[in-house]
Amino acid sequence: MKFRVERDVLAEAVTWVARGLPARPPVPVLAGVLLEASDEGTITLSAFDYEVSAKVTVVADVAESGTVLVLGRLLADISRNLPARPIDVSSEGNKLQLVCGSSRFSLLMMPSADYPSLPVAPNSSGVLQGDVFTQAVAQVAIAADKGDTLPILTGVRMEIEGDKITLLATDRYRLAMRELTWKPASADASHLALIPARTLSDTARALGASGSVEMALGGSAGGDGLIGFEAGQRRTTTRLLDGEYPKVTSIFPTSVDTESVIETSELVEAVKRVALVAERNTPVRLRFSEGQVTIEAGTGDDAQASEAVEAVLTGPEIEIAFNPQFLLDGLGAVGTAYSRLSFTQPSRPAVLTGQAEADGQPDESYRYVLMPVRFAS
Amino acid sequence: MSRRQFAAPTRSGDDIPDDTGCTILHVDMDAFYASASLIERPDLHGRPVIIGGGGNRSVVLSATYEARRFGVTSAMPMARARRLCPQAVVLEPDFPRYSQISDAIMATFHSVTDIVEPLSLDEAFLDVGGALRRLGPPTGIAQHLRDTIADEQSITCSVGVAPTKFVAKLASSLAKPDGMIVVPQAEMLGFLHQLPVGALWGVGDRTEEALVRLGLRTVADIAHTPVETLRRALGQASGSHLHDLAWGRDERTVVRQQREKSIGADETFAHDIDDPVAIHRELLRLSDRTAARVRAAGMMGRTVSIKVRFADFTTITRARTLRDPTDVSQEIYATARSLFDALGLQRARIRLVGVRMEGLVESEGAPIQGLLDEPDHGWREADRAVDQASARFGAGAVRPASLVHEVRNGGAGRNQRAERGPQGSRGPGPRAGRPPASGPA
Repeated sequence: MKFRVERDVLAEAVTWVARGLPARPPVPVLAGVLLEASDEGTITLSAFDYEVSAKVTVVADVAESGTVLVLGRLLADISRNLPARPIDVSSEGNKLQLVCGSSRFSLLMMPSADYPSLPVAPNSSGVLQGDVFTQAVAQVAIAADKGDTLPILTGVRMEIEGDKITLLATDRYRLAMRELTWKPASADASHLALIPARTLSDTARALGASGSVEMALGGSAGGDGLIGFEAGQRRTTTRLLDGEYPKVTSIFPTSVDTESVIETSELVEAVKRVALVAERNTPVRLRFSEGQVTIEAGTGDDAQASEAVEAVLTGPEIEIAFNPQFLLDGLGAVGTAYSRLSFTQPSRPAVLTGQAEADGQPDESYRYVLMPVRFAS
Repeated sequence: MSRRQFAAPTRSGDDIPDDTGCTILHVDMDAFYASASLIERPDLHGRPVIIGGGGNRSVVLSATYEARRFGVTSAMPMARARRLCPQAVVLEPDFPRYSQISDAIMATFHSVTDIVEPLSLDEAFLDVGGALRRLGPPTGIAQHLRDTIADEQSITCSVGVAPTKFVAKLASSLAKPDGMIVVPQAEMLGFLHQLPVGALWGVGDRTEEALVRLGLRTVADIAHTPVETLRRALGQASGSHLHDLAWGRDERTVVRQQREKSIGADETFAHDIDDPVAIHRELLRLSDRTAARVRAAGMMGRTVSIKVRFADFTTITRARTLRDPTDVSQEIYATARSLFDALGLQRARIRLVGVRMEGLVESEGAPIQGLLDEPDHGWREADRAVDQASARFGAGAVRPASLVHEVRNGGAGRNQRAERGPQGSRGPGPRAGRPPASGPA
């Protein structure tokens, strides 16, 4: 195998493919990146750890086709640090040689015959708009569970009915739900998938920069239990989580007693400042009254802080306490100039939605339900 | 029942000791468990009695002075105690009775002063400095306490009266049994200096060896050694500390009710077990008991730890810190169980398991992050109901269904298991076990 490729092209490709490689793989070959040089003037890089596969094809000046397997993270580190010049890559014996300017690297090849075959490149089930996809995933993934108590909650639940996609995640303290539209290949598309939140976030960030993202589900993804994404020359598949996602429809409050509309950035700033004195696991307390919300934290012997922010109130006054980080996660995700908070009781979940104008209508396509903190008696 | 016994130094002259400034009292019940158990068994008075579990694997919790004369000490393996004193009567501990008496004793202390620092069920420091005008000199107060406890509880105690905690504690141990020693301020140094170095707080076998190597045998020797020499020999902190103590300098004050740092319970099985189901059940029982005690103390804990001791006495602990503090039995059990399961034991033979809650905080007003899907009445409320039922009908009135076959206090549960399996003979040699955590260590 012998080819010449631009530094930036190789670095970008190998970085993306190797990003999810395990540091300590169960089988040594799984730490590798497979390089395939084709006579058509392209090289294809792929990585697979039985959970996630990533594949990218880039243009290269191929002199001799061939396939090699080398350590992925090492190749990524090397290619990122080489000078910005063309890199000559060639296999000699059991070594892969990289020459760039006067730098020479020699990498030991791993037996590519032992490398597992990647899931079949999925056929598209439909097309998502790149930036919408990235935003929607970011909005929802914040609410996924980071722990390992309930593995099912580390996923984002994706429900597809025709051209409507509903993304949902919860760690039982808060729940985020986003509705978006896409262009399905068939109008009666109907799917339900549970995608590991971390992988989905990575994928959405990496692929969202493209104008459109192809998504493959069900049979199209090469069998059940897989979801595939493709944008430009990048393709990735992810194994879905298995199991029954808890019923969450009853979590959404059916009524609203108090509503308040606040400028998002002002509330974020104030909560961040006041939360400085909120010790671990202690909440910020929000007191909504006519014309303003007062944010307080700290009690008794500890440091205390308070700040008032202008707010429009509808309904009776209410005082409610939240974990500051959970509140900030939601406020950071609404992505609109104004935030609307809806309450029933201080002990019941609050709902956060965004709206563009102070006196406009809320954008119900994104909802963040947050369980308050109460005080033991 | 200190392993170190020292004779009380004789006082010069037989005038009444001047107790001016001796406002610290250390009150310690004499052989508390044994004395308390003998209330119900007056026939055993004057005979050697050992308190401890029935099995050969348990340890001595307490013994009457008649038994101690044979060399029986607390924390000694029961098997060894029986060999030393075969004629002794062995009684099972009666923890509910002990804590009942302890409560009464503590109440008596509080009737004298509110500055009471309990060290265990049967022992406390009192600062009576504020009670002198009302109740008279410290010696009188101490005698009043001794009389009251003897009258009301039918057990004797020993009291040390001194200007500092450290000397008061020394004095009470020298006064045992059923005595009182007053160490007047003027005689404190004389009193201290004639004691052997081992009498000082913080001097164990190792330190004592180091001191004896330096030719220091009495407290006076330490007092007259330059503090620099002591620091070189024993380290900065403990060198200065011993020098201070040798001159009677003890700055510590009596601190009201020390906050509990952790609450836990453990159980030594009557014979080693390897059945995961039985171990899970034991973890449930211990979690339940621990949670109830955490709630009774008005606390919540964030860290759940388990202790597992294997048949060969290797002991491991594993802990997990939860996101939020809890006092819910179910949460504690779920964590303890998953910690145990994570050990991945393949039917290893286990001698003891324990469950402990650490990182305790006051539960009053503590923030609780609610769960979106939590029912209005969940485990927390169920626990409250169980506590109320227990308060009215006795501990264990309501308990998890899988523990229903066990008789109260778990003691019979062990026996049932013991009946099912053979009473395996254990290897020879003394075994340093620990008493159940519900008793004092």
